[in-house]
Amino acid sequence: MGALTEIRWHGRGGQGAKTASFLLAESLIDQGKFAQGFPDYGPERMGAPIRGYNRISDEPVSLHCDVAAPGIVVVLDPTLIGSDDITGGLLKDGTVLVNSPSGAREIRKELGLEGGRVFTVDATGIALDEIGRPIPNLPMIGALLKVTDLADIESMTSIVRKKFEGKFTKPIIDGNVKAMKRAYEEVKAEK
Amino acid sequence: MKTIAEKTVIALTGNDAVAEAMRQVNPDVVAAYPITPQTELMHKFADFVSDGWVKTEFVLVESEHSAMSAAVGASAAGARVMTATSANGLALMWEILYIAASTRCPIVMGVVNRALSAPINIHCDHSDSMGARDAGWIHLHSENSQEAYDNAVQAVRIAENRDILLPVMVCLDGFILSHTLEPVELLKDATVQNFIGDYKPVHELLNTDKPMTFGPLDFHDFYFEHKIPQIEAMKKAPEVIKSVAAEFGELSGRHYGLIERYFTDDAERIIVAIGSTCGTTKAVVDKLRAGGEKVGLLKIRSFRPFPYAEVREALSGARAVGVLDRSHSFGAQGGPVLIEIRAALYHHADVPIKGYIYGLGGRDMGTAHIEHAFEQLKVLVSSGKSSDEIGFLGVRE
Repeated sequence: MGALTEIRWHGRGGQGAKTASFLLAESLIDQGKFAQGFPDYGPERMGAPIRGYNRISDEPVSLHCDVAAPGIVVVLDPTLIGSDDITGGLLKDGTVLVNSPSGAREIRKELGLEGGRVFTVDATGIALDEIGRPIPNLPMIGALLKVTDLADIESMTSIVRKKFEGKFTKPIIDGNVKAMKRAYEEVKAEK
Repeated sequence: MKTIAEKTVIALTGNDAVAEAMRQVNPDVVAAYPITPQTELMHKFADFVSDGWVKTEFVLVESEHSAMSAAVGASAAGARVMTATSANGLALMWEILYIAASTRCPIVMGVVNRALSAPINIHCDHSDSMGARDAGWIHLHSENSQEAYDNAVQAVRIAENRDILLPVMVCLDGFILSHTLEPVELLKDATVQNFIGDYKPVHELLNTDKPMTFGPLDFHDFYFEHKIPQIEAMKKAPEVIKSVAAEFGELSGRHYGLIERYFTDDAERIIVAIGSTCGTTKAVVDKLRAGGEKVGLLKIRSFRPFPYAEVREALSGARAVGVLDRSHSFGAQGGPVLIEIRAALYHHADVPIKGYIYGLGGRDMGTAHIEHAFEQLKVLVSSGKSSDEIGFLGVRE
């Protein structure tokens, strides 16, 4: 197997962690990569902590087990910090991306993380502005694409339009795409 | 039936992949009842029915017992029939599973493997289909979503073969495959249709020119004689499974057998597995091989019929074999796969064996557990003796 990127998404039921991992996998598969997207199904309740996962490689992925040591962790809900094990298994040079209006340095302190890279973006604020609903998954994908070289934002935009077409109204699709692009621009590294 | 402009590789879950196979097969009748994790498979197929992709008579029933009963009725009437279920749903079909096989109904059923209750659990293990291993169905297991799709297409040809006429379960691991999105290459609709051909039943209830009785009383005078051809049909199944796979390989470039040997030729230690854990084991074999360890995987694709001769050939050169079971046979020496492997080798090869139970109720089977098993097998290599103690991988102590 070639270089393998593993991602863990932390969210709460209803925030779209599964959808985010599926959209990312689908767009990468569309671009000829080998990717998996899968959620960890617990009790299905709005607001309960849930996890989603991705594996991404240039070669076929034969692994079918949990992601134990992610290189990237994406947190859709900052209130999970302190209750869910956000940094568990994270690779030493790993990346943590958190949906929060706070700065990345504050979040690093909250996480108690040494090493690696921490980024923040106010994805809920952006979602409220652009979509009118506090669903942060698409902005978080936008921010993720900025801080990694997984895929380019334009190809992700087109897959989102393709997936959402017929399911949502044009203003909602446009709002999601705009939110994704704004988060791509507004994601902050540590200062 | 509409046609779709195929794209070679698309992102599908295991459930999606089997639903796509069902769309392309376009069965005459599907009877189903929803149960997690099979539900999304039937949701998707129901969409295909509602949107006019297939001309299937879709029968919504009130239970799995009724689903399999309707499937048997439709198959006896001369229809090409498919369905799918999981766990407790399969258990509720129990009585009719035997009737489907014994009435020689070539029904194809996706089994999205899930643990049986209690306690209530929706996640993967193999206790559902393994419990049904003596019902007379052919069991094909899938390592990934691609194989679930490929097996579903091939199953139609295997089931309907005139020498076989037995129902086939296409098993795929619940959630681990059914709810994981990954790349799947679909054949073109027309290619699948040509591959499976038209279904011409040998006997059909609705043929009024040749009236027949199906499922009559059959006591000690002839019941026994009617079991013999059923046994003979299952005996012929390995060759048919292989020939259908060979033809499918020509079309798809994806080659299957009753088993798959992954670096077993010169392996000192071999792990035997079934389902999605085979993929994880392959990654472990790659890693250990890179470090110079002679290890390999034997994947069982066809659990019924069980490929005794092939298994024997693949394992007889090894110095230790570990067998992974995702279900237990309570009171037996180990899980169902272990029992078959021991039977395959008995009197043929003196290879030390150790059995493992893993993954019950969806417990994760990570690479570390598999590495641990390979490590433990070194003890068998040096002692030259089997271990009768079953190892439990990933359970809290």
